[in-house]
Amino acid sequence: MAQTVKDQVVAIIAEQAVLDPADVTLDSTLESLGIDSLGLVESIFAIEEAFDISVPFNANDPSESDFDISTVASIIAAVEALVAARPA
Amino acid sequence: MNRVAITGAGTINALAHDVPGTLEAFREGRCGITELDIRDKDRLSIQIGGQVHNWDAEVHFNRQQIVLYDKFTQFTLLAAREAVSQSGLNFDGHLGYESGVVLGTAGGGVNTWDDNYRAVYEEGKNRVHPFVVPKLMNNAAASHLSMEFNLKGPAFSVATACASSNHAMGLAFQMVRSGSAKAMLTGGSESMLCFGGIKAWEGLRVMSKDACRPFSLNRNGMVQGEGAAVFVFEDYDHARARGAEILAEVAGFAMTSDASDIVMPSKQGAARAIAGALRDARISGNQVGYINAHGTGTAANDKTECAAVADVFGQHADRLMISSTKSMHGHLIGGTGAVELLACIMALRDGVIAPTIGYEEPDPECALDVVPNTAREAQVDVVLSNAFAFGGLNAVLALRRA
Repeated sequence: MAQTVKDQVVAIIAEQAVLDPADVTLDSTLESLGIDSLGLVESIFAIEEAFDISVPFNANDPSESDFDISTVASIIAAVEALVAARPA
Repeated sequence: MNRVAITGAGTINALAHDVPGTLEAFREGRCGITELDIRDKDRLSIQIGGQVHNWDAEVHFNRQQIVLYDKFTQFTLLAAREAVSQSGLNFDGHLGYESGVVLGTAGGGVNTWDDNYRAVYEEGKNRVHPFVVPKLMNNAAASHLSMEFNLKGPAFSVATACASSNHAMGLAFQMVRSGSAKAMLTGGSESMLCFGGIKAWEGLRVMSKDACRPFSLNRNGMVQGEGAAVFVFEDYDHARARGAEILAEVAGFAMTSDASDIVMPSKQGAARAIAGALRDARISGNQVGYINAHGTGTAANDKTECAAVADVFGQHADRLMISSTKSMHGHLIGGTGAVELLACIMALRDGVIAPTIGYEEPDPECALDVVPNTAREAQVDVVLSNAFAFGGLNAVLALRRA
C-alpha cells in the first residue's frame, strides 16, 4: 500500500529526531523534537529525495522562506502543495 | 623575538589580476560578483560567484607547466610573482635555505578532481592523465612556489576551511618571529568554482542566489569566490638593512577552537581569538582602528562576529570600523583571509577603509560601524583580520602601521 505524504514526512522527521513515528505529533515543532539546524537541512534533503521535489529553503532565514517549518503539520502541508505542483 | 615585516604582496581575484587593481576596486566599492561562466551551470541553483574572468593560463605558463598546475596553483604562482617582485628579494643564494612557504587552501585542486571524476564516471573512461595526483594535492601550490623561487626551508600547506590562509599566515609570522626563517612566502588560494565545487556548497543551503550583503538585515547568505593572495613576510631588521619598503608590520596572531559544533560559529571562540591576537601583539583594544571582518553574509556568522567584537572591545566597539570585503570578491574559502589582508594593508598604508558593499538595511544584531557601501578615509595604526572556519577553528591576525 502506498504511503501517504504525511506518513513519509513523519517517518523522515522521526528518523532525524531518533524517535518512533508514533511520537511525532502534528503539532510538534522541530525544536521540541530536538532537531537542530543541521538536522533540519538533512530533513529537507531527505524530503526532496523522497518526493522528487525542490524545497525553497534558505538556512539563513528560515522564517522568510516560502516553506513553512513551524510545525510538523505545516511541513506536511507545504510538502503536499509541492507534490501537487510537481509536473506529471 | 624578531619583528616581522610585510615586504611584498600579490593577488588575483574577481576584482583584478593584481594588487593595484584590487585596491582600486576596494576604494571604488566595486562588486566582482557576476553570473558564473562554468560548465553545467543550468543544473546549479546557485549561479553567481566571484569568478576570475579573462584568465588565460597560457599567457603565464608553458604547456609542460599547465599539465601540472591546477587553477589554484596557477593563481598562487601569479600572486607570488607579484609579491616577490615587489619585495625585491632573491632567494637563489643562502637566503633560499633560510626561507620557506606556507599556504592555505581548503580544497586544493578541486577543478582537477571535478574534471577527472567526470572523465571516469560521466564519460566512462578508464584512464586518467598521469599527473592527476600531483596536480590536485593540497600542497601542490606550496611545492611549486618552493621550486619557482628556490625556497628550501619549511614548506607546507594548511587546510582549515575558511580560516586556512589566516592559519597559514599566522604560522609564517611565528616562524619569522622566532627566527626559524628569515623570510616566508605565505597566503592562500582557492579555486572551487566548478560544478562539483558549487553543488557541494548548495547542499548546506547557506548560499545567496543574488548577492553577498554582510551585516545587512536582508542578507541571505554567502557567495563563493576564487583566486589567491601571497605575501612576503620578512625579518624586520633584514628588510630594513636592505632598504626594502615595508608595507606593514605583522604584530600578533592567535588561534582558538570552539570545540563545540561542526558548522555553527561560537561567540566565545571568536572573542578568544580576537583577544588573543591583541595580547600576542601587546596591543590594547582601543588602539584598533579597523577590523577586516570574516563577514560572510550568513545570518549565523555576522551576528556572532558582531557580538564577539562587542564583547572584546566594550565601548570601543562603537568607535572602530569593521567591514567585509567578501561583498566584493566573494568568499574565497581557504584563500579568503589572504585577499582580505590586502584591505588591512590598504587601511594602514593608504588610510582608506574598504567598504562593506551591498548594505541595504541596518540589523540591530550587527550594530557596528560596518563602513556601508562607500570607502572611507581614516588614519588607523592597528588593524585586525578575522577568520572563523567551519569546524569551529578561529584565526586572527594583528597588523601595525610600518
